[in-house]
Amino acid sequence: MTNSIQDIAEESQCIFIIGSNTTENHPVIGTKIRRAKRHRGAKLIVADPRRIDIADYADLHLRHKPGTDIALLNGLMHVILRENWQDDDFIRERTENFEDVKAIVEKYTPEVASEITGVPAEDIVLAATMMAENRPGALLYAMGITQHTTGVANVMSCANLQMMLGNIGVPGSGVNPLRGQNNVQGACDMGGLPNVFPGYQRVTDPAAREKFEKAWGVGLPDYMGLTVTEMMDAAEAGDVRCLYIIGENPMTSEPNLNHTRHSLQKTEFIVLQELFFSETAQFADVIFPAAAFAEKEGSFTNTERRAQRVRKAVNPPGEARLDHEIVIQLAKRMLALGATALDPEAPYADWEYRSIIDVEEEINALTPIYAGVTWERMEAGEALHWPVLGPDHPGTPILHVSKFSRGLGRFAAVDHVPPDELPDDDYPLMLTTGRVIYHWHAGEMTHRAAGLEAMYPEALVEIHPRDAARAGIDADGMMKVASRRGEIIAKAQITDRVEPGLIFTTFHFAESAANFLTNPALDPVAKIPEYKVCAVKVEKA
Amino acid sequence: MSINLTINNKVITAPDGATILEAAQAAGIEIPTLCHHPDLTDVGACRMCVVSVEGARALQTACTTPAGEGMVVNTMSDAAVASRKFTLEMLLTDHPNECMTCEVAGDCELQDLVYDYQVPWPDHNGKRHQWELDPDPNPFIFIDRNKCIVCGRCIRACNEIQNRDIWSFAYRGFETKLVAGADQLMLDAGCESCGACVAYCPVGALQDKMSLGLGRVNQVEKVRTTCSFCGVGCNFDLNVRNDKITKVTSAQDAPVNGMALCVKGRYGYDFVHHPDRLTRPMVRAKWLDPATVAERVKNGEWAVFTEAQQRRASLTHQRASGNGHSASDHRSPAIPQSAILPDTFVQTDWDTALDTVAGKFTQVKKDYGGDAFAVLASAKCTNEENYIFNKFTRQMLATHSIDHCARL
Ligand code: SF4
Ligand code: SF4
Ligand code: SF4
Ligand code: FES
Repeated sequence: MTNSIQDIAEESQCIFIIGSNTTENHPVIGTKIRRAKRHRGAKLIVADPRRIDIADYADLHLRHKPGTDIALLNGLMHVILRENWQDDDFIRERTENFEDVKAIVEKYTPEVASEITGVPAEDIVLAATMMAENRPGALLYAMGITQHTTGVANVMSCANLQMMLGNIGVPGSGVNPLRGQNNVQGACDMGGLPNVFPGYQRVTDPAAREKFEKAWGVGLPDYMGLTVTEMMDAAEAGDVRCLYIIGENPMTSEPNLNHTRHSLQKTEFIVLQELFFSETAQFADVIFPAAAFAEKEGSFTNTERRAQRVRKAVNPPGEARLDHEIVIQLAKRMLALGATALDPEAPYADWEYRSIIDVEEEINALTPIYAGVTWERMEAGEALHWPVLGPDHPGTPILHVSKFSRGLGRFAAVDHVPPDELPDDDYPLMLTTGRVIYHWHAGEMTHRAAGLEAMYPEALVEIHPRDAARAGIDADGMMKVASRRGEIIAKAQITDRVEPGLIFTTFHFAESAANFLTNPALDPVAKIPEYKVCAVKVEKA
Repeated sequence: MSINLTINNKVITAPDGATILEAAQAAGIEIPTLCHHPDLTDVGACRMCVVSVEGARALQTACTTPAGEGMVVNTMSDAAVASRKFTLEMLLTDHPNECMTCEVAGDCELQDLVYDYQVPWPDHNGKRHQWELDPDPNPFIFIDRNKCIVCGRCIRACNEIQNRDIWSFAYRGFETKLVAGADQLMLDAGCESCGACVAYCPVGALQDKMSLGLGRVNQVEKVRTTCSFCGVGCNFDLNVRNDKITKVTSAQDAPVNGMALCVKGRYGYDFVHHPDRLTRPMVRAKWLDPATVAERVKNGEWAVFTEAQQRRASLTHQRASGNGHSASDHRSPAIPQSAILPDTFVQTDWDTALDTVAGKFTQVKKDYGGDAFAVLASAKCTNEENYIFNKFTRQMLATHSIDHCARL
């Protein structure tokens, strides 16, 4: 997020949520937004194909078709420019390339945008008016924006809108992605990505590489690694021989699970570090029992870039061990076997950590944005927003205050491109996927939380009464959903939360996970699969 | 702008708009309260906070009366103290005498005030409510209306913090009843099971169902930590007794969320102690020396993780066979314990498992180089752990092929 949850909740005059089922996926942010709307009178606009809970609180619900975000955003920008509501000062002083966007949104009249998105033209005008009249405004998005073949372009489009309105760098504004997993932000920050070292220092940047080569006392490859989806392809081709999976369950989280199964079967050696015997465990060669959050010392970084302590409350069960201790043990044993020659003079070459605090100090030394996120400050209760550039730096709750990190904010002209797979005669319905409040991801944890499981014990497919009637599907009856890649059987939930032609389900339930159906087509840049749209057919089961 | 007033003979400066209660608290003067909570709007319902104000005819409720310039307040006047005692006595006449076994004893605002004011237990034969205990099937929230003091904090918590508007008072007089929706079940009324109402209840009328009987406040240790579900980053206290989590309590000073939590954060912790947790390292027999496996399994150092155990521990199977550990899961395995096939999982000691992996990784690295490796790091693990995974992948495995489900 460019801004903090608090400044949005307390100071935003207009909150625009697009592609985020906030109530169910970021519940406490959802409550804060409801509060801003009801108790402070902030305007709330929700753009989502489904009538999600937060839409019931909104001043305006724009129900656009999945995969038409750019058309909707361009339509909003068209109205803003037509009415001359853009922030000229901001555009002139802080941005570049505005003319390109101006040229492209020219053709997205409300009528054209309405034709593509299915949103009434007058609602597009009304939304643009509300945004223009209520500044600062914050834009919040989640996977409804990113899980498309146009995911990166969608994000750029969100940024275009906010820059055009001057909604950047002040409290209550910004472009705010809501990150999913508890520490997905931290995992990215700490270099859990194939293209960057910790702190987003690029592996292809010779200076960054040299820095880590010197620190770790070893030569490093000068090319990027593979993304998850590419790993699966490489495993299937036999190029990746060893897969080390730590606390992940690709057998429910990857798109096109039949392909993932095949890749895992072909992999020579799979090491899995997990809390439970997950679906992926069937494919493992070695399983290390790991510790849960309540058994660890460390920190998580939340969606607003804020690092906070995780503390040990109980001991791990049986012989389960802390994740980093397992890896440290492996490293030491591999060194003893001569797997790698390290320069003994390098300051962070060895694996002799006395405690987690030593790891923290190494992070502080090598990761400029975490330089001041020290153990002492976290222990003292400081919940700092990175970048925290030094031990006395106060952190950065709002990004891009007087300038963008790259200098000028760049407008990027983006055009509507339809999703990779659209309904046709054979697969006449559109499937979109997401989560529900009671479960988390593949449900490794929540299916084993008795109360949560009692609340939502089985996979449901939301289907509109019209489509259910056509297929002869009864309320609470079982239905079969098939795509070109696979099929699932699940219980029907007949509801007008979805519009005719659209069905919705989750990937919380392994045996009927949406990912048997979804399209693995990737965004060309971010390599994110298009989970939010694919073509399916349904029948009574 | 600020104003000056006198409370208990002490001259105090308070910000404009402060209530008498806020002015007193800022000056370190305690005024008892029940229906007041600093996060919620004040309604002046319980009259515990009454104080004498010079020139005013009646006692004033400190939580709703604005502090005025030159005001002279006495928080402990005879009239105020007598009034509080009377209020408490009235509450006790319709309260069960159950502190001995009450879940929240030691953490109850009513109990504390009755102690402070030394109000004796009223022996009377009048009517006490006999509401049904635990009338709502919500798996998380236990209702005991007999202990309700009609303060309305739950109502305001749900309205103002959670914005769900589930609770209200229905009916009149002695029949007054705290109801969900139109006297419905909580879930039918639209409750999200966030537990905010429980967290704000000053007494034991609303309780956390999962925690009943597991430990009172003086029997647990509280450990502040960060939620492991979504990216909001809520903080809360894990309550721990005998190495088990007994409850999650929210904390007003949590930086992101204050007292607010969602159903997962507040009530989703029991997976930590689930019997399915993996507790021993396992290696498929094909990566081990067969003679060693046979011998160690025989002498009990190692064990076979049978197909039946795998099925029992696997969600897919549990769900397919009708949820949870049903009786049918416990039928005897098709393959006898003793049969060790190449794909059999053997529960070994840590050294064996670690050496197996270190050996294989070293061999593959020598034969094929770093491109033969890929690592999936974890968005559930800590920053420090992810740093270690990143270092291991790049430095020890010589590849940048590390990723996680950031995109999913
Ligand atoms: S649990 Fe939450 S939503 Fe339900 S009644 Fe209580 S405060 Fe309201
Ligand atoms: S249930 Fe608790 S919070 Fe609600 S009115 Fe009764 S005593 Fe007050
Ligand atoms: S309590 Fe709920 S909203 Fe808060 S971090 Fe946990 S899952 Fe997210
Ligand atoms: S605390 Fe003031 S009336 Fe209840």
